Amino acid sequence: MGCSTALHISRKKLKTVIIDSGALCREASGTNAGTLTLNMTRAALIPYAIKGWELWNSTEQWLYGDVGTISVNGLSLAFTEREEELLIKRAEARKAMGAPIEIVSSKKAQQLEPGLRQSVRSAAWCPKDGFTSAYLTGHAFRKVLNNEGVQIQEYFKVNKIDNENKYFLICNENGEFIKSKRIVLAGGVWLEYMLSLLNIFIPIKCLINQLIITERVEPVMKTVLSIANGLLSLKQFANGTVLIGGGWQGIGDTERGGVEAIPKNLVGNIRLACHTIPKLRFGRMARVWLGLEAETSDALPIIGNVPGFDDAYVIGSVHSGYTSGPYMGWLLSQFITGKEPDMPLFDPSRLLTQ
Amino acid sequence: MSKVIDDNVQKIDVVVLGAGPAGVAAATIASEHGADVAIIDENISGGGQIYRAPPKEYETHDSFKSPESYEGDRQRNYLSNSKVKTYFNYRVWSISQELVVSTISANGLKSWRPKALILANGALERIIPFPGWTLPGVMGLAACTILLKSQFVLPGRSTVVAGCGPLLMSVAYAIVKAGGNVSAIVDLSSKSEWVRVFPKMLSRPDLLLQGMKWLWKLKNEGIKIYNGYTVTKSEKDNDRLAITIAPFNHSGVNTDPKFQKLVEGECLAIGHGLIPSTEITRLLKAKHKYDLLKGGWVPVIDDEFRTSIPNVFIAGDASGISGAFSAVHKGRIAGLSALRDLNMISLKESKHKINNERNLLNKTENFGQAAAYLMRSRPELIKTITAETIVCRCEDVFRAEIDETIVSGAVDMNQLKAWTRCGMGPCQGRTCADSIEAILTSVVGSRELAGQWTGRAPLRPIPIEQIIGDYSYSDIPIPESAPL
Repeated sequence: MGCSTALHISRKKLKTVIIDSGALCREASGTNAGTLTLNMTRAALIPYAIKGWELWNSTEQWLYGDVGTISVNGLSLAFTEREEELLIKRAEARKAMGAPIEIVSSKKAQQLEPGLRQSVRSAAWCPKDGFTSAYLTGHAFRKVLNNEGVQIQEYFKVNKIDNENKYFLICNENGEFIKSKRIVLAGGVWLEYMLSLLNIFIPIKCLINQLIITERVEPVMKTVLSIANGLLSLKQFANGTVLIGGGWQGIGDTERGGVEAIPKNLVGNIRLACHTIPKLRFGRMARVWLGLEAETSDALPIIGNVPGFDDAYVIGSVHSGYTSGPYMGWLLSQFITGKEPDMPLFDPSRLLTQ
Repeated sequence: MSKVIDDNVQKIDVVVLGAGPAGVAAATIASEHGADVAIIDENISGGGQIYRAPPKEYETHDSFKSPESYEGDRQRNYLSNSKVKTYFNYRVWSISQELVVSTISANGLKSWRPKALILANGALERIIPFPGWTLPGVMGLAACTILLKSQFVLPGRSTVVAGCGPLLMSVAYAIVKAGGNVSAIVDLSSKSEWVRVFPKMLSRPDLLLQGMKWLWKLKNEGIKIYNGYTVTKSEKDNDRLAITIAPFNHSGVNTDPKFQKLVEGECLAIGHGLIPSTEITRLLKAKHKYDLLKGGWVPVIDDEFRTSIPNVFIAGDASGISGAFSAVHKGRIAGLSALRDLNMISLKESKHKINNERNLLNKTENFGQAAAYLMRSRPELIKTITAETIVCRCEDVFRAEIDETIVSGAVDMNQLKAWTRCGMGPCQGRTCADSIEAILTSVVGSRELAGQWTGRAPLRPIPIEQIIGDYSYSDIPIPESAPL
């Protein structure tokens, strides 16, 4: 979110510095499943995700780099009657917002995905789904940001933001500071902390998402899969490894980061995956990691002015923001440079607790 | 529906991970003082690497006996005669922050919740890559030891033995004793380096004498010994390996062709020292420090072998390379500290007994430290990793790509991993981490700045079939649905 905002702003000829307490794109951007899916995006965010999908599929035009984007069919599956009801409801809501999603029969679903368990009842099919390799995001962004003259300040842990004379002084724990006319807060799960540095209080929940990757296996699937309840994210990369996600929670917080997985939740997640693609059971679980994801109390993004500030902005908490990231950064860059954004933003002041 | 997830986490006083000399010592002393102890090892029996037992199916033969095999048998008997509960062929795949140890075995999943955890998971072999290091016939020096000592198999009809430390002579001698052929010994250490450590080795005249006996035998066989040389290339030459060696000293590798030599053999056993295995301590987020003479990154410990994590103790080579004899005393100290922290012995008794062990440790440690010095990491060796040499074998990442990625802005190990996939394969970095840390360090200036890869579960790849067991769809506990 921060990188795409910085890129778009810099292209509008504003001198830009990007600051990260660690290395670029190592948090949510680098640890998520990389799914570009309309099936799992909230209905209200579908138009943004569609634009985002288009950007990820044309990275050579704006990112000048590769994050391994693959465009494939996406299927959200129903194995029980209840899931079927849920599936239809969710598909309708997304269709109404412009997503090309269609409910298909079990037979059609198995045609689209031969590796599927045959007892699947029906599926919501979106031909415009896909995925990237999220861990390549940082590399691509860093290159293009560097080339465009954006100053990259990594390992700079901000602990104070002073406001004096129309300038912001962004200070770190070593007493160094960066002076800027405008500031954009794009810190994901740390947005609550960042906003508090400007004396603004908006609660941001920190989800600790578990992800599992297998060793390389033979091709067992060729689509991006999820389940109607939203609890599975499954895809196989070109190198044969299979990524299993879906938002099963581990242990961690904003202070310590991701600490450890909860074995029961690993087993539940993998069982869902094996139920969906039976051949998966012959593989081996190679790695598990945790990604921190931000969520507001109404599960919608905050994009716009920091309440009470003309020159401070905030962007984030999109919940499935990887897909729309590049587009939302663009929208904010329009707003910052005084233009009417192509699509409505999400006013943070709605969530003020005072 | 069969329950494979073991919801029953077994409570116990002490869990010891690793049944090498340190682990056996820690487990038995704790058990002797009344603690309920479980020792877990992924191998078929105790002994670790140094006293690795032959497979049960092998018949023993007197000519295969050695001081080590006797010691190994003695330790194994001591363990089985104790009250320690043993779990062999159990693989630890995760340890939680609350110290719940999760294992997987042919019997399914099993977990323990110990009051104290003692880590004795030993060391890894360091091999600095060079062109041709992945050819068939090239194996690790420590790996070769296992082949010889526990499987009674020669690595090949003729072997070039290369690297550093006492393992060199030990392997060369074992090959010759077994009737094999050693074409050459290529030792990183110069003669003056051996002279430098000689005084420390005097603390164990028996081992020193043994070493000299080996040296005499090897020389007698006419085996050429190159001191101060390293392998810079290995090439296939029909059914043999043509191995190029070059002079190596404190200024580094001398790649001037006129000083190179060529040796050959059917295979090459090479190892550049031992590295403490930090995969568990990193997983638990213990504090570490880089200590060259202890083998590299080691957990920060107090003088009673406590790590920075409460109730987690460490012993043996995992706490710093100092060999099998020191390991026993370190194991006993760790065991006594654990007993002390669990209030199972008095402060007075623990101080007294720990003191005794420490005196013995001080005596034995000198020799181990001399060996560790010879086996230390030598940063200049990364020169042998040419641009076209594979560094991460699991993911086929060449040196050239690593160098470019560092230049493009990956200046810590985790970012480097993200951008190159190094360390993401099945070995989880056990083979390549040290080499890549050394390469990164040569650019960023220190090991501390380069950092280490974040420790993660599973500690070993786990077959999915074993994790999921038998279940039906309705067994899966589905948390709340995502919002519309």
